[in-house]
Amino acid sequence: MEDVRRVISVIVMNESSVLARVSGLFAGRGYNIESLTVAPIPSSDLSRITIVTNGNKRVIEQITKQLHKLVPTLKVIEHEEMVEKEMVLVKFSSDQNIADIQVLCEAYNGGIVNAGEDMIIVMAADESKRIEYFLEASQRYSPLEIVRGGIVAIER
Amino acid sequence: MKMSGAQMVCEALIAEGVKTVFGYPGGAIMNVYDEIYKQNSFEHILTRHEQAAVHAADGYARATGKIGVAMVTSGPGFTNAVTGLATAYMDSIPLVVISGQVPLSLIGTDGFQEIDAVGISRPCTKHNYLVDDIAKLPKIIKEAFYIANSGRPGPVLVDIPKDITAEIADFKYPKDVFVETYKPNYKGNDRQIKKAAEAILKARKPLLYVGGGTVLSNAADLVKEFAKMTQIPAVETLMARGVMGDSNPLLIGMLGMHGSYASNMAMSETDLVISLGARFDDRVTGKLSEFARYADVIHIDIDPANIGKLVEVDYPIVGDVSIVVEKLSKLIKNDIKPDRYQAWREILARYEELHPLTYNDSNEVLKPQWVIQRIGQLLGEDAIITSDVGQHQMWAAQFYPFDRPRQWINSGGLGTMGFGFPAALGAKRGVPEKTVINITGDGSILMNMQELVTASEYKIPVINVILNNHFLGMVRQWQTFFYDKRYAETDLSYQPDFVALAEACGGIGYNVTTKEEFDKALKDAIQQDKVCFMNVAISRFENVLPMVPSGGALYNMLLEHKDQ
Repeated sequence: MEDVRRVISVIVMNESSVLARVSGLFAGRGYNIESLTVAPIPSSDLSRITIVTNGNKRVIEQITKQLHKLVPTLKVIEHEEMVEKEMVLVKFSSDQNIADIQVLCEAYNGGIVNAGEDMIIVMAADESKRIEYFLEASQRYSPLEIVRGGIVAIER
Repeated sequence: MKMSGAQMVCEALIAEGVKTVFGYPGGAIMNVYDEIYKQNSFEHILTRHEQAAVHAADGYARATGKIGVAMVTSGPGFTNAVTGLATAYMDSIPLVVISGQVPLSLIGTDGFQEIDAVGISRPCTKHNYLVDDIAKLPKIIKEAFYIANSGRPGPVLVDIPKDITAEIADFKYPKDVFVETYKPNYKGNDRQIKKAAEAILKARKPLLYVGGGTVLSNAADLVKEFAKMTQIPAVETLMARGVMGDSNPLLIGMLGMHGSYASNMAMSETDLVISLGARFDDRVTGKLSEFARYADVIHIDIDPANIGKLVEVDYPIVGDVSIVVEKLSKLIKNDIKPDRYQAWREILARYEELHPLTYNDSNEVLKPQWVIQRIGQLLGEDAIITSDVGQHQMWAAQFYPFDRPRQWINSGGLGTMGFGFPAALGAKRGVPEKTVINITGDGSILMNMQELVTASEYKIPVINVILNNHFLGMVRQWQTFFYDKRYAETDLSYQPDFVALAEACGGIGYNVTTKEEFDKALKDAIQQDKVCFMNVAISRFENVLPMVPSGGALYNMLLEHKDQ
């Protein structure tokens, strides 16, 4: 069985140690976490944890079942039809060609978000694959620092 | 009503109908013990080690079917209890364990006897709680009892900081419990059950694969009826011994690494596995690709995560064994033709004749299998048998004539040496009318021997039959077979005086070397109202056979008994 990449959303009670239960399950059972984001769901006592993982069909099935078994888990969504986005922040020296950088960011749903005396900060928000392209392209402007945000996804 | 958190704990236990708590006090749990002192509704048994307290609660739960309750203090009290939690977790035993914790204000400061109990126990409990607000305490205890014994049962830990047990607040114990995110499915999907029924009617060589879930679901009578009606033969896992009943003609035996030849061949040749609360453990399946290789699989399990975890399943049914078997029975009642499986039953009967479960008895030296058979002859249905882990455990599972569920109590999943004696104390406390015998080894018994004192103090007359081969026998057996007889650290020739040890702690002891001595000692021990150590010298190099070497196919068994 070949490995596949999967985006899984876990809707959990927003209570202490729930993230530890989820991450501990991945560590204890030897599952991979490529990225993980978590934030409260507005006007509810729930949180959404979005996990990108990979594994063969049987492993993915076990991951969703084991996640569901955790007592504070309300729902596990194994995304098929979804919109997924990742955000990235990049810092460049202001000696670089800022106009070019701005054009590049705009191609990836981004722009300049902060400009200082000797550096600028830009952001981009797009699908993970496209974020990779963005980071590749930005190499030519010698980025000083890159911060990736992990993936969020929503069912279509 | 206003009361302290400590009083709330006691009131909640009383409301849950708890009769016995096993535990050990300490600084962080003292407020609760002070309230235990003041009440008369439940008894508290002071074990001499926290591990034993949890195993005793576990043995109580396994023997009675009720929830076992244990109480420990923070830090080392809790860490000592972890093996007990893990043992219960692996075998799905319903426990509520209450631990003290340092006061909320000290949590995270590396306080005296502070350890992150919910962090440590997360992978070995079904669920756990750190109580951070006294207002939540009644609801948390209610939930703990509900979660422990619903769905797939398991241990639940409630960790209570000391200041919460001292704080005063309103107490109202909830009548109902509702956990929005936790809804076990008992009924099974009717469409899948119908498909499974059709598969059973079409099969030529179906096999009931009976697991520990059958015991937990109290489904033994239904499963026996189902087998009788359909005349489908059955194999039991280690955890299910006793479900079918020893004299049941449809019981082929135990399967797995030390299963009988006929049972393992049945699994290797069946065309339809009907799995009832079993989870395809590696000690059962051997090499997975060869396991039940001609069969379709019906998997009935309350835990969806067990289904498809190891073996490809054709008919997945998430539900309680009792309910699903009842539905299956109704569906096939009119169409089943028990004659259909006659040829299959005859094949299995021939396998049983070809290589029955056997051993070479001797008059020179006691054979462990004889000892176990003898206990069975003398006590049979009247005894509850607990065991530790090792050769003695496998011999007991193979040779004791188990006749009912909950008669056989052992640590199957985690394989915890030191489990048997405290579990026997719990079982005896729960079912005092039965004789309780812990079949153990000279290695295992030392791992919780301090419980002699508990047994003497509370007059819990448990009989420990120590099958003594002066070895860590099971490891020694693997060293003989697979490590060219290099007996690394398994020789236990240096021994305590077991009789003196028992006597020093208020019990009685017997040294036994012959069949006559064994009969005499056992009969005497049953008469005595005292805990005992029966030190039974057995043949040193006896092996547990048949044996499927680890990772091998189930049908490739080492069978021969060569005396050494």
